[in-house]
Amino acid sequence: MKRSKVWDAIFLAPCIIALIMVVLIPFVQGVSFSLTDWNGVRSEIHYVGFDNYKEMFNSIEFLYSFRITLLYTLINVIMVNIVAFLLALLVTSRVRGKNLYRAAFFVPNLIGGIVLGYTWQFMFNDFFTAIGKSLGIGWMSSSMIANKNLVLLAMSIVNTWQYAGYIMLIFVAGIQSTSQEVMEAATVDGASYIQRVIKILIPMIASSFTISLFLTITNSFKAFDLNVALTNGGPSMRYMGSVVKSSQLLALTIYNKSITSKELAKGQALSVVFFLMLVVFSLLQVYLSKKREVEA
Amino acid sequence: MADALHLDAVGQKQQHSKAKRIVLEIFAIILMLVVLSPFVIVLFNSAKTFDHITRDPVSPPENWENLRINIEAVMHDPTTDFIGAFKDSAIITALSLVVIVIFSSMAAWVLVRNKSKFSNFTFMLFVAAMVIPFQVVMYPLVYFLKSVGDFLGTRMLGTYHGIIFAYLGFGCSLSIFVFHGFIKSIPLALEESAFIDGCSQPGVFFKIILPLLVPTITTVAILNGIWIWNDYLLPLLVLGGNGEVQTIPLAVTAFAGAYVKQWNLIMTAALLAMVPIVVLFIFAQKYIIRGMVEGAVK
Repeated sequence: MKRSKVWDAIFLAPCIIALIMVVLIPFVQGVSFSLTDWNGVRSEIHYVGFDNYKEMFNSIEFLYSFRITLLYTLINVIMVNIVAFLLALLVTSRVRGKNLYRAAFFVPNLIGGIVLGYTWQFMFNDFFTAIGKSLGIGWMSSSMIANKNLVLLAMSIVNTWQYAGYIMLIFVAGIQSTSQEVMEAATVDGASYIQRVIKILIPMIASSFTISLFLTITNSFKAFDLNVALTNGGPSMRYMGSVVKSSQLLALTIYNKSITSKELAKGQALSVVFFLMLVVFSLLQVYLSKKREVEA
Repeated sequence: MADALHLDAVGQKQQHSKAKRIVLEIFAIILMLVVLSPFVIVLFNSAKTFDHITRDPVSPPENWENLRINIEAVMHDPTTDFIGAFKDSAIITALSLVVIVIFSSMAAWVLVRNKSKFSNFTFMLFVAAMVIPFQVVMYPLVYFLKSVGDFLGTRMLGTYHGIIFAYLGFGCSLSIFVFHGFIKSIPLALEESAFIDGCSQPGVFFKIILPLLVPTITTVAILNGIWIWNDYLLPLLVLGGNGEVQTIPLAVTAFAGAYVKQWNLIMTAALLAMVPIVVLFIFAQKYIIRGMVEGAVK
């Protein structure tokens, strides 16, 4: 007996058919819808070229959503990676019961964004404000997610609380794969703990930082579930003379355009731009990790 | 004399580092309590009456009997079928995992062993598809699945098989990628001797390769399982917000929409949604943590 082409085809077929039908055909359709004026329901469709794209780049709602998505991503990249790295140092130090802490810090990751969103909505709107009022702390008496200046920070706090435990595991894997000898030699040479971490440990686990950085970027950039359940885009505010939703990130903007307000073609155009930005992030990641492999 | 002095210095240093360790441990315990506190807050507030939670969302419950009352109220709610949602979520997650694991490992095996331009291209296609965000395909997918269903004379929207098929499409890329990496390290000699012994191709795969893949299967099942169990947008679009088949995230959203501000009941619903996966984590912690790390690092 030998391998046969027929069996190879049968083995490949289910995944290829599913990929084509679920991802590739809808993707091509999605891109072509963005060049039309279709609303998703009506039967007539007209080709409009790049009108939807032109309109989008002049739309204040889009520009605002784009801006806050980048801001939200930036805040998260900084907060998640710093917190995760410090947690990783803690759970690889000499403390007893490391596995317990590791597991505990990871638990928030198991729960979906929808359930966490409602939980934290209650925490911000009722729990913290009740504490603030009873202790007479002014800034704590009003909800962070009802404040247009603080809502993104509130979402980032929840995201950090949820995601840092996962990124921590990646740093832990990196730290565990480095040799202890180098660190010990540096100790003997009289390097302080902080010097050892900055000058030796961080360069040694640079590849863990690349992975963590890009995981955090894509995770925050694509955020949807938490956004829906925690704030649903609110509160509204004025921005460059228009009313916008102060915490409506790109993924939610696309959903609201395509599905809720039945402007499918415009939503599709926005999603294509969203896709292109993710392509840029991915190419950058591939380039950086390839470069590191060559250097190593 | 010199020895005694030296020992004294070592002893002091050890005492000093022991004190440092204890400070670090106290810090770790406090941090752990802070990270876990939202779960305690959910539990406490699930055991309050509406009156109590409105008056005081902070303190512990007065009477734990309310927890049972709230759970029953959520479970027997006339608008949202929570028990049904648990069942549907379990069926959809379990069957999607079986389908993804079997079909992706089969495809990855062929892509590794059949060295051709076509294999390379197909593998790159699967990997590239991972970059496509759900937002680009969500509406066309619903539209296309509907017409496919009409064509085949079966419903693809609002059914188990429809959503499982969708999960295969979205889940197979990463899974093939993970399996591909592992299968490359399996020596070819193993399967060649089986072929010589007259074993058929499916026989070689299911009897020889699949058993070797068990550790990788755990990784793939964990990565996909956590995602599918918690997923919201795909079920919302493919099953519908109030269809016959409902998953837990859909039920929680529907419930929160119907009981605005009745936080004691919403917290109970959140608690019920959290329990299964946390219990699973307690028992399979080691595998889950390993699976999540392997999936990310690859």
